[in-house]
Amino acid sequence: MGRIILTEEGRHDAAPGPGLWLTAVEALRITGWELKPEGMCRGAVCVPLAATATRAGEVDLAAFWAKLGAPVVGDDSGGVWSLGVAPADRRAALETLEAPDFTLPDLDGRMHSLSDLRGKKTLLVTWASW
Amino acid sequence: MWQQLCTELTDTNFTVLAIAEESRGNATARPWIEAAKADYLCLIDVEQVVAARYGMVNVPQAVWIDEAGRIVRGPETAGSTDHFRRMDLATRTMAPDDVTARLAARAAYFAAVKDWVRTGRYALDPGAARAALPEITPGIAAAEVHFRLGLYLREVGREGEAAAHFAEAARLHPDSWNMWRQAADLEAIGNSGGPAFWARVKALGDRPYYPQPDLPGFPAHPA
Repeated sequence: MGRIILTEEGRHDAAPGPGLWLTAVEALRITGWELKPEGMCRGAVCVPLAATATRAGEVDLAAFWAKLGAPVVGDDSGGVWSLGVAPADRRAALETLEAPDFTLPDLDGRMHSLSDLRGKKTLLVTWASW
Repeated sequence: MWQQLCTELTDTNFTVLAIAEESRGNATARPWIEAAKADYLCLIDVEQVVAARYGMVNVPQAVWIDEAGRIVRGPETAGSTDHFRRMDLATRTMAPDDVTARLAARAAYFAAVKDWVRTGRYALDPGAARAALPEITPGIAAAEVHFRLGLYLREVGREGEAAAHFAEAARLHPDSWNMWRQAADLEAIGNSGGPAFWARVKALGDRPYYPQPDLPGFPAHPA
């Protein structure tokens, strides 16, 4: 059975495999990080990988994620994984004071982004029925 | 309640963006959104992405964002108070003075927003805005992945495993009412709060359920 990988961006399918070992192609598609000789790279940033975290064009994404300081957790069967964002990255994004963008549906399923409202003073308010 | 603010500011370049932190999605949010008769955008945030990115822990919390898309006030309580904590639980009513004080707090919050929109007052300078931002701890970040995994497992019918991940999320991020209430059984908890909710509120002791914003009309300890 294939694996499901949950990220902030959505739900991704990956081929069956041990733990969170992914092919380089899958890792790039799901995370935007590319396996290169120097490590995992995204844009100009490369993070070296431990020798035990890569083999034959595959990467242990759980080990890489831990190296990033970002949380990762799997279900009991190892078939579903949830990848998070490093707390330092969250905080750094907030500290730029650029309002973090997001895209969410309205009741009718139409998607809207915060950035669509650029040019207006916006009160971003959360609520819930509970 | 935000429609009133939009209506009063209709001549300005202002809008409300309301985010429903509803892990059960449209069916739960729809009656409330329809009743609000809102002409502002109401979006549904099943996975609590907005709460995660802004470090929000309860509702209602609001962030003030200027025309350039910059945060001028980070997350803070948007006009609610702790007066509900001393309501008569048998009758679910509050003392008249508390009702008055609660309404006054909402009016004070609305007045501050209006002042900001019309004059720019109460927008924090970047240093002050940064200093007021919430901490994002490793526990908070870890809670997010458990919460997301719990949502998925609940959706595919693995309720028991889901509950364990929700419980872990609440343990890792104890300040988050959003996560705790979304994980709990909504039928049991309901809008007015069941025993588990009241026990958790009581456990706050002297700490506020709704920390008050540093704005005019908000004493530090209102209740």
